[in-house]
Amino acid sequence: MSELDVFSLAANNLFSPPVLAFVLGLIAVSVKSDLRLPEAFYQAISIYLLLGIGIKGGVALRNAELADIWLPLLVTLALGLTIPVAAFYLSGVVTKLDAVNRGALAAHYGSTSLVTFTAAMVFVETSGQFVEGFLVTLLAVLEIPGIIVGLLLASRGRKNAIAWGESLREVLAGRSIVLLVGGLALGAITGSRGFASIEPFFAGLFTGVLTLFLLELGIVAGRRLKDIRTAGVGVVVFGLTFPLLAGFLGVAGGLLSGLSVGGAALLGVLSASSSYIAAPTAVRLALPEASPGIYLTASLGITFPFNLIVGIPVYYWLSQSLEGVLSWNS
Amino acid sequence: MELVERKLLTIVVESALESRLITDLGEAGIRGYTVTTARGAGVRGQREGDLQGGNVKVECVLGEDVAHTIFDLLHRQYFPHYACVAWLSPAMVARGENY
Repeated sequence: MSELDVFSLAANNLFSPPVLAFVLGLIAVSVKSDLRLPEAFYQAISIYLLLGIGIKGGVALRNAELADIWLPLLVTLALGLTIPVAAFYLSGVVTKLDAVNRGALAAHYGSTSLVTFTAAMVFVETSGQFVEGFLVTLLAVLEIPGIIVGLLLASRGRKNAIAWGESLREVLAGRSIVLLVGGLALGAITGSRGFASIEPFFAGLFTGVLTLFLLELGIVAGRRLKDIRTAGVGVVVFGLTFPLLAGFLGVAGGLLSGLSVGGAALLGVLSASSSYIAAPTAVRLALPEASPGIYLTASLGITFPFNLIVGIPVYYWLSQSLEGVLSWNS
Repeated sequence: MELVERKLLTIVVESALESRLITDLGEAGIRGYTVTTARGAGVRGQREGDLQGGNVKVECVLGEDVAHTIFDLLHRQYFPHYACVAWLSPAMVARGENY
């Protein structure tokens, strides 16, 4: 496919239905609309997306060779441990937050956002670029370690012990992991043959459902924006710059581990994204002194919109640009 | 049917803490409770409309002494850092031996 410059890529991304729906959600909040997706419907869509992504990834996993996977898996694990540590220390550079709040941020930025990944996958695939299907496995790998490392870093700033059992149980038995890992297993077992029977539902309808989901997320993110004032400039700077650093690490790691341009771009997205479902729950239970006004605002109000609108095309462009330099598997 | 006097304890807390609160109530000897979904705002600030789904309201009928134990627990572990309020009101119930 022809190499588009970063602005054409950004325009393609911005004018796609999911991202436009997100912007519509932001606008709805700004005009004080009462628009909200019904709670049950929103929950149903998130189950659909999680399971769908998991199954598709599982089908791809079954078709993949171990030789293609093991190095990216290793690199992903390394990223899962490095990024939260980097977030913990770099947030101390641009903000005056204490260890507990920085650990909370580290837990969020060390983990991933399924929706950002999904939107990025849709973007890269509609650009005609190939993406390794087993990227979803890397998503599953990146979810948990970041949260654990973030909580560990924060625990050094607290007097009381952390409620590890409760937090980890919430995350590991939570909807995200069960559907993602279960979906992977389901897809791997049923394979392409089995997937053909559900393809119209999980593949054909996918982008449309994602559009609805992002509409709601635009509304939720829009409501978070007013907390930016109390969060402070440092948090805003962190929320806008750290994803670029983490995204660069992910893209570079992806290319070096032999992933395609599309695959490395997605690993960059995974690295740059921050969780706002799994991590906030774990952090709320384990770190009560950490302020949601900081970590949730950063993750959902600043980084998520940034990644969705600006980040995705930028990491893809980075991957294209660095391919000649770093990739040995083209 | 004779009604006896007990207390109704109502606790509103962020929904992420529902399991923990129910466990703590169980450990204090409270076996019966009702949970409803709630939303709102507190005097200390924000906390509305998160993805986590707002708040839950937990109600249970109990004796006054148990109520004070629960209030101590809330004071130590919930009020300081979580969005949580609780109030006690009088209630007349049948089958008072259950509470």
